[in-house]
Amino acid sequence: MRRYINTAPKLYPVLVVILAIVLWDAGVRVSRVPVWILPGPGQVLQAMVNHAALLWHHTQTTLMEAMLGFAASIALALILALLLHYLTWLYQALYPIFIVSQTIPLIVLAVLLPLWFGWGILPKILIIILVCFFPMVINLFNGLQSVDPDVLDLFRSMGAKRLATFRMVIMPAALPSFFAGLRISATYSIMAAVIGEWLGAQRGLGYYMTLQQKGFAIDRVLAAVAIICILSLLLVKAVDLLEYLLVPWNRKIYSHQLWQ
Amino acid sequence: MMKLEVKGLYKTLQGVLTLNDLSLGLKEHEVVVILGPSGCGKSTLLHIIAGLMRPEQGRVYMDGRDHTGRTGRVSYMQQKDLLLDSRTIIDNVSLPLLLRGIPREQARRQAAAHLDDFGLTGFANYYPRQLSGGMKQRAALLRTYLFSSDILLLDEPFAALDAITRRKMHLWLVDLQQRFRSSVLFVTHDIEEAFLIASRIYVLSARPAQVRLEIDMKAEPHSPLSLYQVKERILAVLEED
Repeated sequence: MRRYINTAPKLYPVLVVILAIVLWDAGVRVSRVPVWILPGPGQVLQAMVNHAALLWHHTQTTLMEAMLGFAASIALALILALLLHYLTWLYQALYPIFIVSQTIPLIVLAVLLPLWFGWGILPKILIIILVCFFPMVINLFNGLQSVDPDVLDLFRSMGAKRLATFRMVIMPAALPSFFAGLRISATYSIMAAVIGEWLGAQRGLGYYMTLQQKGFAIDRVLAAVAIICILSLLLVKAVDLLEYLLVPWNRKIYSHQLWQ
Repeated sequence: MMKLEVKGLYKTLQGVLTLNDLSLGLKEHEVVVILGPSGCGKSTLLHIIAGLMRPEQGRVYMDGRDHTGRTGRVSYMQQKDLLLDSRTIIDNVSLPLLLRGIPREQARRQAAAHLDDFGLTGFANYYPRQLSGGMKQRAALLRTYLFSSDILLLDEPFAALDAITRRKMHLWLVDLQQRFRSSVLFVTHDIEEAFLIASRIYVLSARPAQVRLEIDMKAEPHSPLSLYQVKERILAVLEED
Protein backbone atom coordinates (compact mmCIF):
# COMPACT_ATOMS: atom_id res chain seq x y z
CA MET A 1 0.00 0.00 0.00
CA ARG A 2 2.93 2.32 0.43
CA ARG A 3 3.60 4.46 -2.59
CA TYR A 4 6.62 6.55 -3.30
CA ILE A 5 6.89 9.32 -5.83
CA ASN A 6 9.14 9.24 -8.82
CA THR A 7 8.22 11.77 -11.50
CA ALA A 8 10.09 10.19 -14.44
CA PRO A 9 7.48 7.48 -15.23
CA LYS A 10 4.84 10.18 -15.64
CA LEU A 11 6.71 11.40 -18.72
CA TYR A 12 6.75 8.00 -20.42
CA PRO A 13 3.16 8.14 -21.78
CA VAL A 14 3.82 11.62 -23.15
CA LEU A 15 6.87 10.27 -24.98
CA VAL A 16 4.84 7.36 -26.37
CA VAL A 17 2.16 9.75 -27.68
CA ILE A 18 4.79 11.93 -29.34
CA LEU A 19 6.39 8.86 -30.87
CA ALA A 20 3.01 7.62 -32.17
CA ILE A 21 2.25 10.99 -33.77
CA VAL A 22 5.66 11.05 -35.44
CA LEU A 23 5.13 7.51 -36.78
CA TRP A 24 1.63 8.39 -37.95
CA ASP A 25 2.92 11.45 -39.79
CA ALA A 26 5.76 9.51 -41.41
CA GLY A 27 3.43 6.66 -42.39
CA VAL A 28 0.93 8.97 -44.06
CA ARG A 29 3.70 10.80 -45.96
CA VAL A 30 5.45 7.65 -47.16
CA SER A 31 2.34 5.66 -48.15
CA ARG A 32 0.56 8.69 -49.67
CA VAL A 33 -2.83 7.56 -48.34
CA PRO A 34 -5.53 9.92 -49.67
CA VAL A 35 -6.56 12.53 -47.09
CA TRP A 36 -10.21 11.38 -47.21
CA ILE A 37 -9.10 8.00 -45.88
CA LEU A 38 -6.42 8.95 -43.38
CA PRO A 39 -5.17 12.52 -42.93
CA GLY A 40 -1.88 13.25 -41.15
CA PRO A 41 -1.64 14.84 -37.68
CA GLY A 42 -0.86 18.22 -39.21
CA GLN A 43 -4.08 18.18 -41.24
CA VAL A 44 -6.12 17.21 -38.18
CA LEU A 45 -4.62 20.13 -36.28
CA GLN A 46 -5.35 22.41 -39.24
CA ALA A 47 -8.99 21.23 -39.27
CA MET A 48 -9.23 21.91 -35.56
CA VAL A 49 -8.00 25.49 -36.05
CA ASN A 50 -10.22 26.12 -39.07
CA HIS A 51 -13.33 24.82 -37.37
CA ALA A 52 -12.51 26.11 -33.90
CA ALA A 53 -15.67 28.17 -33.49
CA LEU A 54 -17.94 25.40 -34.78
CA LEU A 55 -16.19 22.76 -32.66
CA TRP A 56 -16.55 24.95 -29.58
CA HIS A 57 -20.25 25.36 -30.34
CA HIS A 58 -20.75 21.58 -30.41
CA THR A 59 -18.37 20.93 -27.51
CA GLN A 60 -20.54 23.08 -25.23
CA THR A 61 -23.57 20.89 -25.91
CA THR A 62 -21.66 17.65 -25.39
CA LEU A 63 -20.02 18.93 -22.21
CA MET A 64 -23.32 20.11 -20.81
CA GLU A 65 -25.00 16.75 -21.50
CA ALA A 66 -22.04 14.88 -20.05
CA MET A 67 -22.03 16.96 -16.87
CA LEU A 68 -25.78 16.61 -16.36
CA GLY A 69 -25.64 12.86 -16.93
CA PHE A 70 -22.55 12.51 -14.74
CA ALA A 71 -24.14 14.47 -11.89
CA ALA A 72 -27.34 12.46 -12.15
CA SER A 73 -25.30 9.22 -12.08
CA ILE A 74 -23.43 10.34 -8.96
CA ALA A 75 -26.65 11.22 -7.16
CA LEU A 76 -28.30 7.93 -8.14
CA ALA A 77 -25.21 5.89 -7.25
CA LEU A 78 -24.96 7.53 -3.81
CA ILE A 79 -28.59 6.84 -3.00
CA LEU A 80 -28.61 3.29 -4.31
CA ALA A 81 -25.28 2.25 -2.80
CA LEU A 82 -26.47 3.40 0.62
CA LEU A 83 -29.75 1.52 0.21
CA LEU A 84 -27.93 -1.64 -0.90
CA HIS A 85 -25.53 -1.29 2.03
CA TYR A 86 -28.22 -1.01 4.67
CA LEU A 87 -30.95 -3.22 3.11
CA THR A 88 -29.63 -6.72 2.54
CA TRP A 89 -32.80 -7.94 0.80
CA LEU A 90 -32.60 -5.11 -1.70
CA TYR A 91 -29.00 -6.01 -2.41
CA GLN A 92 -29.97 -9.64 -2.94
CA ALA A 93 -32.79 -8.62 -5.26
CA LEU A 94 -30.95 -6.05 -7.36
CA TYR A 95 -27.30 -7.00 -7.53
CA PRO A 96 -27.69 -9.86 -10.06
CA ILE A 97 -29.86 -7.62 -12.22
CA PHE A 98 -27.16 -4.96 -12.24
CA ILE A 99 -24.63 -7.45 -13.50
CA VAL A 100 -26.97 -8.70 -16.23
CA SER A 101 -27.85 -5.13 -17.23
CA GLN A 102 -24.22 -4.63 -18.21
CA THR A 103 -24.55 -7.26 -20.92
CA ILE A 104 -27.09 -5.21 -22.88
CA PRO A 105 -25.30 -3.84 -25.95
CA LEU A 106 -25.16 -0.11 -25.47
CA ILE A 107 -25.32 0.67 -29.17
CA VAL A 108 -28.75 -0.97 -29.44
CA LEU A 109 -30.04 1.18 -26.60
CA ALA A 110 -28.59 4.24 -28.26
CA VAL A 111 -30.74 3.44 -31.27
CA LEU A 112 -33.88 2.65 -29.29
CA LEU A 113 -33.84 5.42 -26.70
CA PRO A 114 -34.55 8.27 -29.19
CA LEU A 115 -37.42 6.14 -30.46
CA TRP A 116 -38.90 6.08 -26.98
CA PHE A 117 -37.85 9.45 -25.62
CA GLY A 118 -37.48 11.63 -28.70
CA TRP A 119 -34.52 13.56 -30.06
CA GLY A 120 -34.02 15.91 -27.14
CA ILE A 121 -31.52 15.78 -24.30
CA LEU A 122 -33.29 13.07 -22.26
CA PRO A 123 -32.12 9.98 -24.22
CA LYS A 124 -28.52 11.30 -24.08
CA ILE A 125 -28.68 11.73 -20.33
CA LEU A 126 -30.16 8.24 -20.02
CA ILE A 127 -27.32 6.68 -21.99
CA ILE A 128 -24.74 8.49 -19.85
CA ILE A 129 -26.47 7.28 -16.71
CA LEU A 130 -26.56 3.71 -18.02
CA VAL A 131 -22.83 3.84 -18.69
CA CYS A 132 -21.62 5.83 -15.66
CA PHE A 133 -23.93 4.62 -12.96
CA PHE A 134 -22.73 1.04 -12.76
CA PRO A 135 -19.00 1.48 -11.98
CA MET A 136 -19.85 4.08 -9.36
CA VAL A 137 -22.53 2.15 -7.51
CA ILE A 138 -20.46 -1.05 -7.44
CA ASN A 139 -17.32 0.69 -6.22
CA LEU A 140 -19.13 2.78 -3.66
CA PHE A 141 -21.05 -0.23 -2.37
CA ASN A 142 -17.84 -2.25 -2.04
CA GLY A 143 -16.25 0.67 -0.22
CA LEU A 144 -19.12 0.87 2.25
CA GLN A 145 -18.82 -2.87 2.85
CA SER A 146 -15.04 -2.76 3.24
CA VAL A 147 -15.08 -1.62 6.86
CA ASP A 148 -13.43 -4.06 9.27
CA PRO A 149 -16.20 -5.47 11.53
CA ASP A 150 -13.78 -5.19 14.45
CA VAL A 151 -13.72 -1.41 13.97
CA LEU A 152 -17.52 -1.41 14.15
CA ASP A 153 -17.27 -3.48 17.36
CA LEU A 154 -14.78 -0.98 18.75
CA PHE A 155 -17.14 1.89 18.06
CA ARG A 156 -20.01 -0.07 19.57
CA SER A 157 -17.91 -0.74 22.67
CA MET A 158 -17.29 3.00 22.95
CA GLY A 159 -21.05 3.54 22.82
CA ALA A 160 -20.99 5.37 19.45
CA LYS A 161 -24.27 6.23 17.76
CA ARG A 162 -24.98 4.86 14.27
CA LEU A 163 -24.71 8.28 12.68
CA ALA A 164 -21.34 8.96 14.34
CA THR A 165 -20.06 5.58 13.20
CA PHE A 166 -21.20 6.31 9.66
CA ARG A 167 -19.62 9.76 9.61
CA MET A 168 -16.35 8.77 11.26
CA VAL A 169 -15.80 5.24 9.98
CA ILE A 170 -17.96 4.06 7.09
CA MET A 171 -18.03 7.16 4.93
CA PRO A 172 -14.29 7.90 5.04
CA ALA A 173 -13.54 4.22 4.42
CA ALA A 174 -15.75 4.26 1.32
CA LEU A 175 -14.31 7.46 -0.17
CA PRO A 176 -11.27 5.95 -1.94
CA SER A 177 -13.43 3.32 -3.68
CA PHE A 178 -15.99 5.96 -4.51
CA PHE A 179 -13.30 7.97 -6.27
CA ALA A 180 -12.08 4.88 -8.11
CA GLY A 181 -15.60 4.49 -9.53
CA LEU A 182 -15.88 8.21 -10.18
CA ARG A 183 -12.68 8.18 -12.22
CA ILE A 184 -13.91 5.33 -14.44
CA SER A 185 -17.25 7.03 -14.94
CA ALA A 186 -15.60 10.35 -15.72
CA THR A 187 -13.70 8.79 -18.62
CA TYR A 188 -16.93 7.27 -19.94
CA SER A 189 -19.24 10.25 -19.55
CA ILE A 190 -18.05 12.30 -22.55
CA MET A 191 -17.91 9.21 -24.74
CA ALA A 192 -21.42 8.20 -23.70
CA ALA A 193 -22.74 11.66 -24.56
CA VAL A 194 -21.13 11.40 -28.01
CA ILE A 195 -22.70 7.99 -28.60
CA GLY A 196 -26.07 9.44 -27.64
CA GLU A 197 -25.61 12.27 -30.13
CA TRP A 198 -24.35 9.97 -32.86
CA LEU A 199 -27.76 8.46 -33.45
CA GLY A 200 -29.87 11.54 -33.36
CA ALA A 201 -29.19 15.11 -32.34
CA GLN A 202 -29.14 18.64 -33.62
CA ARG A 203 -26.02 19.67 -31.75
CA GLY A 204 -22.98 18.17 -30.10
CA LEU A 205 -19.69 16.58 -31.08
CA GLY A 206 -21.36 13.27 -31.97
CA TYR A 207 -23.71 15.06 -34.37
CA TYR A 208 -20.78 17.00 -35.83
CA MET A 209 -18.82 13.78 -36.38
CA THR A 210 -21.64 11.97 -38.21
CA LEU A 211 -22.03 15.00 -40.45
CA GLN A 212 -18.34 15.27 -41.27
CA GLN A 213 -17.95 11.55 -41.74
CA LYS A 214 -20.69 11.53 -44.36
CA GLY A 215 -18.72 14.19 -46.22
CA PHE A 216 -15.48 12.19 -45.90
CA ALA A 217 -13.92 15.03 -43.91
CA ILE A 218 -11.93 12.56 -41.84
CA ASP A 219 -9.58 15.29 -40.60
CA ARG A 220 -12.54 17.00 -38.93
CA VAL A 221 -13.81 13.72 -37.48
CA LEU A 222 -10.40 13.13 -35.92
CA ALA A 223 -10.27 16.72 -34.71
CA ALA A 224 -13.48 16.02 -32.79
CA VAL A 225 -12.00 12.77 -31.48
CA ALA A 226 -8.99 14.70 -30.18
CA ILE A 227 -11.30 17.12 -28.39
CA ILE A 228 -13.22 14.21 -26.82
CA CYS A 229 -9.94 12.75 -25.54
CA ILE A 230 -8.81 16.08 -24.13
CA LEU A 231 -12.16 16.70 -22.41
CA SER A 232 -12.18 13.21 -20.89
CA LEU A 233 -8.63 13.66 -19.67
CA LEU A 234 -9.44 17.02 -18.09
CA LEU A 235 -12.45 15.50 -16.37
CA VAL A 236 -10.34 12.68 -14.93
CA LYS A 237 -7.78 15.22 -13.72
CA ALA A 238 -10.58 17.17 -12.05
CA VAL A 239 -11.66 13.99 -10.27
CA ASP A 240 -8.06 13.35 -9.22
CA LEU A 241 -7.79 16.87 -7.82
CA LEU A 242 -11.02 16.45 -5.91
CA GLU A 243 -9.76 13.17 -4.47
CA TYR A 244 -6.47 14.80 -3.49
CA LEU A 245 -8.42 17.43 -1.57
CA LEU A 246 -11.05 15.19 0.01
CA VAL A 247 -8.96 12.09 0.75
CA PRO A 248 -5.77 13.56 2.21
CA TRP A 249 -4.91 10.33 4.02
CA ASN A 250 -4.52 8.44 0.76
CA ARG A 251 -2.12 10.87 -0.86
CA LYS A 252 1.12 9.49 -2.12
CA ILE A 253 3.74 9.75 0.57
CA TYR A 254 7.38 10.59 0.26
CA SER A 255 9.85 8.29 1.96
CA HIS A 256 10.89 11.01 4.42
CA GLN A 257 7.29 11.14 5.64
CA LEU A 258 7.47 7.53 6.78
CA TRP A 259 8.59 6.50 10.21
CA GLN A 260 9.46 2.82 10.24
CA MET B 1 -14.50 -4.54 46.54
CA MET B 2 -13.46 -5.84 43.15
CA LYS B 3 -13.02 -3.29 40.39
CA LEU B 4 -14.30 -5.82 37.91
CA GLU B 5 -15.88 -9.15 38.64
CA VAL B 6 -17.44 -11.79 36.44
CA LYS B 7 -19.51 -14.51 38.05
CA GLY B 8 -20.60 -17.86 36.62
CA LEU B 9 -20.45 -17.00 32.92
CA TYR B 10 -21.86 -19.50 30.44
CA LYS B 11 -21.70 -18.84 26.72
CA THR B 12 -22.42 -21.09 23.75
CA LEU B 13 -21.12 -20.09 20.33
CA GLN B 14 -22.56 -21.86 17.27
CA GLY B 15 -23.69 -24.75 19.42
CA VAL B 16 -20.34 -25.17 21.16
CA LEU B 17 -20.08 -24.47 24.87
CA THR B 18 -17.31 -21.85 25.05
CA LEU B 19 -17.44 -20.48 28.59
CA ASN B 20 -18.34 -22.93 31.34
CA ASP B 21 -19.15 -21.36 34.70
CA LEU B 22 -16.30 -18.87 34.41
CA SER B 23 -15.67 -16.52 37.32
CA LEU B 24 -12.79 -14.15 37.94
CA GLY B 25 -12.01 -10.76 39.40
CA LEU B 26 -9.80 -7.73 38.94
CA LYS B 27 -8.83 -5.56 41.90
CA GLU B 28 -8.09 -1.87 41.74
CA HIS B 29 -4.64 -0.98 40.28
CA GLU B 30 -3.99 -4.59 39.43
CA VAL B 31 -2.71 -6.13 36.20
CA VAL B 32 -4.38 -9.48 35.76
CA VAL B 33 -3.30 -11.68 32.92
CA ILE B 34 -5.56 -14.34 31.47
CA LEU B 35 -3.55 -17.15 29.91
CA GLY B 36 -5.20 -19.77 27.81
CA PRO B 37 -4.64 -21.96 24.78
CA SER B 38 -5.53 -20.45 21.41
CA GLY B 39 -9.24 -20.50 20.70
CA CYS B 40 -10.26 -21.25 24.27
CA GLY B 41 -12.72 -18.38 24.46
CA LYS B 42 -10.55 -15.57 25.84
CA SER B 43 -11.83 -13.10 23.29
CA THR B 44 -15.40 -14.20 23.93
CA LEU B 45 -14.85 -13.43 27.61
CA LEU B 46 -13.59 -9.91 26.81
CA HIS B 47 -16.46 -9.34 24.37
CA ILE B 48 -18.87 -10.19 27.17
CA ILE B 49 -17.10 -7.94 29.67
CA ALA B 50 -17.10 -5.09 27.13
CA GLY B 51 -20.84 -5.60 26.69
CA LEU B 52 -20.63 -6.54 23.00
CA MET B 53 -22.06 -9.99 23.75
CA ARG B 54 -24.47 -11.29 26.33
CA PRO B 55 -23.74 -14.46 28.32
CA GLU B 56 -26.45 -17.10 28.61
CA GLN B 57 -25.89 -17.11 32.34
CA GLY B 58 -23.78 -15.14 34.75
CA ARG B 59 -23.20 -11.46 35.45
CA VAL B 60 -20.52 -8.84 34.95
CA TYR B 61 -20.00 -6.36 37.79
CA MET B 62 -17.95 -3.19 37.81
CA ASP B 63 -17.43 -1.37 41.11
CA GLY B 64 -20.13 -3.69 42.41
CA ARG B 65 -22.72 -2.62 39.84
CA ASP B 66 -24.23 -4.90 37.25
CA HIS B 67 -22.98 -4.06 33.75
CA THR B 68 -23.92 -7.29 31.96
CA GLY B 69 -24.52 -6.69 28.25
CA ARG B 70 -23.89 -2.95 28.49
CA THR B 71 -21.26 -1.20 26.41
CA GLY B 72 -19.49 2.03 27.17
CA ARG B 73 -18.08 1.39 30.65
CA VAL B 74 -14.69 -0.19 30.04
CA SER B 75 -12.23 0.38 27.27
CA TYR B 76 -11.39 -2.54 25.07
CA MET B 77 -8.37 -2.92 22.84
CA GLN B 78 -7.92 -5.77 20.41
CA GLN B 79 -4.90 -7.33 18.77
CA LYS B 80 -5.28 -5.14 15.69
CA ASP B 81 -4.69 -1.44 16.30
CA LEU B 82 -7.98 -0.58 14.51
CA LEU B 83 -6.81 2.97 13.89
CA LEU B 84 -8.81 4.76 11.21
CA ASP B 85 -6.74 5.37 8.08
CA SER B 86 -8.67 8.54 7.43
CA ARG B 87 -7.60 10.28 10.64
CA THR B 88 -4.29 11.57 11.87
CA ILE B 89 -2.89 10.10 15.08
CA ILE B 90 -4.20 12.96 17.20
CA ASP B 91 -7.67 12.65 15.68
CA ASN B 92 -7.58 8.88 16.11
CA VAL B 93 -6.66 8.93 19.77
CA SER B 94 -9.15 11.69 20.55
CA LEU B 95 -12.05 9.68 19.06
CA PRO B 96 -13.41 8.55 22.44
CA LEU B 97 -13.48 12.18 23.58
CA LEU B 98 -15.27 13.28 20.41
CA LEU B 99 -17.83 10.49 20.86
CA ARG B 100 -18.43 11.81 24.36
CA GLY B 101 -19.38 15.14 22.80
CA ILE B 102 -16.22 17.09 23.58
CA PRO B 103 -15.51 19.70 20.87
CA ARG B 104 -12.73 18.82 18.44
CA GLU B 105 -10.13 21.40 19.51
CA GLN B 106 -10.58 20.64 23.18
CA ALA B 107 -10.41 16.91 22.52
CA ARG B 108 -7.18 17.40 20.58
CA ARG B 109 -5.63 19.43 23.39
CA GLN B 110 -6.66 16.86 25.97
CA ALA B 111 -5.25 13.99 23.90
CA ALA B 112 -2.07 15.89 22.99
CA ALA B 113 -1.19 16.12 26.67
CA HIS B 114 -0.65 12.34 26.69
CA LEU B 115 1.39 11.96 23.51
CA ASP B 116 4.68 12.15 25.43
CA ASP B 117 3.80 9.34 27.81
CA PHE B 118 2.72 7.12 24.94
CA GLY B 119 5.89 7.71 22.95
CA LEU B 120 4.13 9.61 20.19
CA THR B 121 5.74 13.03 20.58
CA GLY B 122 5.86 14.82 17.24
CA PHE B 123 3.61 12.35 15.46
CA ALA B 124 0.26 14.01 16.17
CA ASN B 125 -0.29 14.92 12.53
CA TYR B 126 0.93 11.70 10.94
CA TYR B 127 -1.50 9.25 9.39
CA PRO B 128 -1.45 5.69 10.79
CA ARG B 129 0.04 4.21 7.63
CA GLN B 130 3.11 6.41 8.10
CA LEU B 131 3.93 4.86 11.49
CA SER B 132 5.60 1.66 12.63
CA GLY B 133 3.66 -1.22 14.18
CA GLY B 134 4.81 -0.42 17.73
CA MET B 135 3.77 3.22 17.44
CA LYS B 136 0.38 2.26 16.06
CA GLN B 137 -0.20 -0.07 19.02
CA ARG B 138 0.80 2.69 21.44
CA ALA B 139 -1.62 5.04 19.69
CA ALA B 140 -4.35 2.40 19.99
CA LEU B 141 -3.49 2.05 23.66
CA LEU B 142 -3.75 5.80 24.17
CA ARG B 143 -7.16 5.78 22.48
CA THR B 144 -8.16 2.95 24.79
CA TYR B 145 -6.85 4.82 27.82
CA LEU B 146 -8.64 8.03 26.87
CA PHE B 147 -11.96 6.22 26.63
CA SER B 148 -11.82 4.90 30.16
CA SER B 149 -8.69 5.09 32.21
CA ASP B 150 -9.70 2.97 35.18
CA ILE B 151 -10.45 -0.42 33.59
CA LEU B 152 -8.60 -1.51 30.46
CA LEU B 153 -9.32 -4.75 28.62
CA LEU B 154 -6.38 -5.63 26.41
CA ASP B 155 -6.74 -8.59 24.06
CA GLU B 156 -3.26 -9.68 22.94
CA PRO B 157 -2.39 -6.08 22.12
CA PHE B 158 1.23 -6.81 21.22
CA ALA B 159 0.81 -10.18 19.49
CA ALA B 160 1.37 -8.77 16.02
CA LEU B 161 4.68 -7.08 16.91
CA ASP B 162 8.18 -8.42 16.50
CA ALA B 163 9.93 -9.79 19.60
CA ILE B 164 12.15 -6.78 20.30
CA THR B 165 9.37 -4.25 19.90
CA ARG B 166 7.09 -6.42 22.01
CA ARG B 167 9.59 -6.50 24.87
CA LYS B 168 9.95 -2.72 24.75
CA MET B 169 6.19 -2.40 24.87
CA HIS B 170 5.98 -4.64 27.95
CA LEU B 171 8.50 -2.57 29.89
CA TRP B 172 6.78 0.59 28.78
CA LEU B 173 3.35 -0.76 29.77
CA VAL B 174 4.58 -1.77 33.23
CA ASP B 175 6.07 1.69 33.75
CA LEU B 176 2.92 3.37 32.48
CA GLN B 177 0.63 1.29 34.66
CA GLN B 178 2.67 2.10 37.77
CA ARG B 179 2.21 5.79 37.10
CA PHE B 180 -1.40 5.83 35.90
CA ARG B 181 -2.64 3.12 38.27
CA SER B 182 -5.22 1.69 35.87
CA SER B 183 -6.72 -1.73 36.44
CA VAL B 184 -5.77 -3.90 33.51
CA LEU B 185 -7.18 -7.21 32.30
CA PHE B 186 -4.70 -8.54 29.79
CA VAL B 187 -5.32 -11.58 27.61
CA THR B 188 -2.47 -13.50 26.04
CA HIS B 189 -1.20 -16.99 25.29
CA ASP B 190 2.42 -15.96 25.87
CA ILE B 191 3.71 -17.05 29.31
CA GLU B 192 6.79 -14.81 29.22
CA GLU B 193 4.56 -11.84 28.51
CA ALA B 194 2.39 -12.77 31.48
CA PHE B 195 5.42 -12.99 33.80
CA LEU B 196 6.64 -9.56 32.76
CA ILE B 197 3.48 -7.62 33.44
CA ALA B 198 1.13 -9.61 35.68
CA SER B 199 0.40 -9.16 39.34
CA ARG B 200 -1.98 -12.10 39.08
CA ILE B 201 -2.47 -14.78 36.44
CA TYR B 202 -5.52 -16.86 35.63
CA VAL B 203 -4.87 -19.92 33.52
CA LEU B 204 -7.85 -21.11 31.49
CA SER B 205 -8.51 -24.59 30.19
CA ALA B 206 -9.17 -25.39 26.54
CA ARG B 207 -12.74 -24.89 25.35
CA PRO B 208 -15.05 -24.76 27.23
CA ALA B 209 -13.01 -22.25 29.22
CA GLN B 210 -12.82 -22.59 32.97
CA VAL B 211 -10.32 -21.14 35.43
CA ARG B 212 -7.89 -23.97 36.11
CA LEU B 213 -5.17 -22.15 37.95
CA GLU B 214 -4.76 -18.83 39.72
CA ILE B 215 -1.25 -17.58 40.45
CA ASP B 216 -0.44 -14.57 42.60
CA MET B 217 2.85 -13.35 41.17
CA LYS B 218 3.47 -11.13 44.19
CA ALA B 219 3.38 -14.17 46.43
CA GLU B 220 5.77 -16.18 44.28
CA PRO B 221 9.48 -15.80 44.94
CA HIS B 222 11.09 -14.32 41.84
CA SER B 223 14.06 -16.65 41.58
CA PRO B 224 14.66 -18.19 38.16
CA LEU B 225 14.00 -21.62 39.62
CA SER B 226 10.60 -20.75 41.10
CA LEU B 227 9.58 -18.95 37.90
CA TYR B 228 10.55 -22.08 36.02
CA GLN B 229 8.38 -24.17 38.31
CA VAL B 230 5.44 -21.80 37.87
CA LYS B 231 5.91 -22.00 34.13
CA GLU B 232 5.84 -25.80 34.29
CA ARG B 233 2.59 -25.70 36.23
CA ILE B 234 1.04 -23.37 33.68
CA LEU B 235 2.26 -25.43 30.76
CA ALA B 236 0.77 -28.55 32.31
CA VAL B 237 -2.65 -26.89 32.16
CA LEU B 238 -2.19 -25.37 28.70
CA GLU B 239 -1.03 -28.66 27.23
CA GLU B 240 -3.90 -30.78 28.56
CA ASP B 241 -5.81 -32.79 25.97
